[in-house]
Amino acid sequence: MFYREAGDFNTSYAEDQQTFPIKFDRYRYYVVLFIAIFVVPFIINDYWANSFLLPFLIYAIAAIGLNILVGYCGQVSLGTGGFMAVGAYACYKLMTAMPDVSMFIHVLLAGLITAAVGVLFGLPSLRIKGFYLAVATLAAQFFLVWLFNRVPWFYNYSASGQINAPERDTFGILITGPNTEAWATYMFCLIFTIASALVARNLTRGSVGRKWMAIRDMDIAAEIIGVNPLRAKLTAFAVSSFFIGISGALFFSIYLGAVEVGEVFGITKSFLVLFMIIIGGLGSIFGSFAGAAFLVLLPVLLKIVGVDWLGWPTDIVAHLQLVIVGGLIVVFLIAEPHGLAQLWRVAKEKLRLWPFPH
Amino acid sequence: MKYKLGTLAVAGLMAASPVMADLVFPSLSYRTGPYAAGGIPFADGYADYFTMLNARDGGIGGVMAKVIECETGYNTEKGVECYESTKGEGALVYQPLSTGITYQLIPKTTADNIPMHTMGYGRTSAANGKVFSHTFNYPANYWNGASGAINYLLSENGGDLKGKKVALVYHNSAYGKEPIRTLQELSAKHGFEFKEVPVDHPGQEQKSQWLQIRRDKPDYVIMYGWGVMNQVAVQEAANIRFPMENFIGIWWSGSENDVLAAGDKADGYKALTFHGVGDDFPVFDDIQKHVVDAGNAAGAGDQIGTVLYNRGLYAAMLAAEAAKTAQEIHGTADITPAMMRDGMENLEITEEKMAGLGMPNFGPSFSVSCDNHGGPGLIGMTQWDATAKEWKLISEFSETDMSVIQPLIDADSGAYASENNIEAGCK
Repeated sequence: MFYREAGDFNTSYAEDQQTFPIKFDRYRYYVVLFIAIFVVPFIINDYWANSFLLPFLIYAIAAIGLNILVGYCGQVSLGTGGFMAVGAYACYKLMTAMPDVSMFIHVLLAGLITAAVGVLFGLPSLRIKGFYLAVATLAAQFFLVWLFNRVPWFYNYSASGQINAPERDTFGILITGPNTEAWATYMFCLIFTIASALVARNLTRGSVGRKWMAIRDMDIAAEIIGVNPLRAKLTAFAVSSFFIGISGALFFSIYLGAVEVGEVFGITKSFLVLFMIIIGGLGSIFGSFAGAAFLVLLPVLLKIVGVDWLGWPTDIVAHLQLVIVGGLIVVFLIAEPHGLAQLWRVAKEKLRLWPFPH
Repeated sequence: MKYKLGTLAVAGLMAASPVMADLVFPSLSYRTGPYAAGGIPFADGYADYFTMLNARDGGIGGVMAKVIECETGYNTEKGVECYESTKGEGALVYQPLSTGITYQLIPKTTADNIPMHTMGYGRTSAANGKVFSHTFNYPANYWNGASGAINYLLSENGGDLKGKKVALVYHNSAYGKEPIRTLQELSAKHGFEFKEVPVDHPGQEQKSQWLQIRRDKPDYVIMYGWGVMNQVAVQEAANIRFPMENFIGIWWSGSENDVLAAGDKADGYKALTFHGVGDDFPVFDDIQKHVVDAGNAAGAGDQIGTVLYNRGLYAAMLAAEAAKTAQEIHGTADITPAMMRDGMENLEITEEKMAGLGMPNFGPSFSVSCDNHGGPGLIGMTQWDATAKEWKLISEFSETDMSVIQPLIDADSGAYASENNIEAGCK
């Protein structure tokens, strides 16, 4: 009944090749966008922004970035936390060096700087792959965190080594600092999330993305049919790090406001984002969103149910959270190894025929 | 649009906040995660004191106190969530018990007009109340701690530390880096050699650091550690036979958890403190009677009288006294966070007050002012007795070298003010 292509005629190649070729799906997407842009900002408050929406949007960008590298290009990376830290510190240095420049530009520049660093750490991928590459990127993770802890220039020689986001605006609207309005920070992150998803989606289904996938599926075969592995792998590292850098910059400047590199961008962050894309679905933009939602929103929901509604002790709820989230991960991966994105695909197939499956 | 949304938000807030029935003291605790061993006793002590006030005195000034616990796991992201979810409930004062969360909340609490008390942790230069209007760190801060340790060593060495070597083993984070600048200044002033030995989170592996100490042979080791790092350091120090009486921890490295694991070898280990240790105070009888026997103890109730439990208790006592002060100033029992801030800024703790509360000599007597949110910085020294399994206070609460610390506070708070365009001044 839903998601049917019956009566949905495409009369040009452009129509045929659009992201959501099925009309119902396309309208559903427009409705989601409409609500996100024109409804949510008017009803949002600090609690909703800071506890749910900002982390979800920012982690979604990071997951998209990592998905390009791992899901599309097949290069396993454990350096996400380190690359997010590059984005955060680049943003901090830019914010403090050029206070009058718009935050948009700072965040984009931070992304570009991270892309350069990502390419640098992507060089070993030309020689090694699989688990060995994972170890090489793990080295990037530890090295970058160590660097930001060790060299005082990165944190402007502050006594504690913390970086704090000063108040900055864009078009006269405060974006960072404590006096921001919830809708402003939300809209700022939303713009980046939508843009990242659009860019990533269109990159991955174009020639660049096909080259990545060719490398992922079999690098020797890809090389024989004319894919340059050097360019394919390094572009994947660059694009992936660009998105991860943007998410790191937003994570620091908009969401947290103060960052201590070892605690916030440690190895656990790398694993968290990796779990997001594994649970959400490797090689799927929707999967990045689903995975981010699953790992960001579920713990908070469990906390609200356990502590606020049931009144259980906080430590028991915290432990239960780990048990339930961990259990669900196992269940999901057994029931559907291709992640939430595949579940969604199957659900769509089922809905097409529903309620007359035969 | 901005104005419209602003007014909408304000209207929403006003509609959402209920008529204040209780005085709300949120407790951003961590009973899970890598630092749970330290977080549990503190959270228990904080909650138990308010439970006791409710049962014994009928609350504070006739209004019941309510502690809302929120689990942070020492994680800054969860800390954000906890802050946002509790601030709407009329939270009077925040005690995040984490340097990372503190740094994040300093600007936020100021913007939301809610005071924050970071007792013996957090950003040291918040002692300058002219810049940090809503952050308080009385009665002592990290730089007092560093100076207190050096003063103690001075007194042990007849006032002369020339040619001595002092090493600082520290948690390589914002927290651990705090005393470095103070110790550098002090080393220049007193002529001792100062060495930094960083330990990365979580500090389970410290072989190389202690090898370095064994090679360098410092006369004294000062430690700024937290969590499992403390236990490991004490154990490693014992392994290289470093004399324990020359090993001094900050107050976060001086609880039972840190020394029990090393057994008899930890005997003589010293730690700084700014409050009393042990359960030899009348207030513990009240806690036993009104909280434990009534079955209302927070947590498992097995932490009473430990160092960190006492610290939680002390934090709660200071918060309750500040609330009383606020009630007196504003002449109303139902205080708001803004009134609470005034109460904290005008807080005065005297010997008589503490004796009246059943906590004679539990901490130093001090008063807070707008200029000084950090209190007097009086530091005492405790020593671990491994056979009796208890900490003993071995010195008076004595003054620290404010001639070194005050310029550092002024410089760091000045940098913060200029970075964030804050006009320094009393409100």
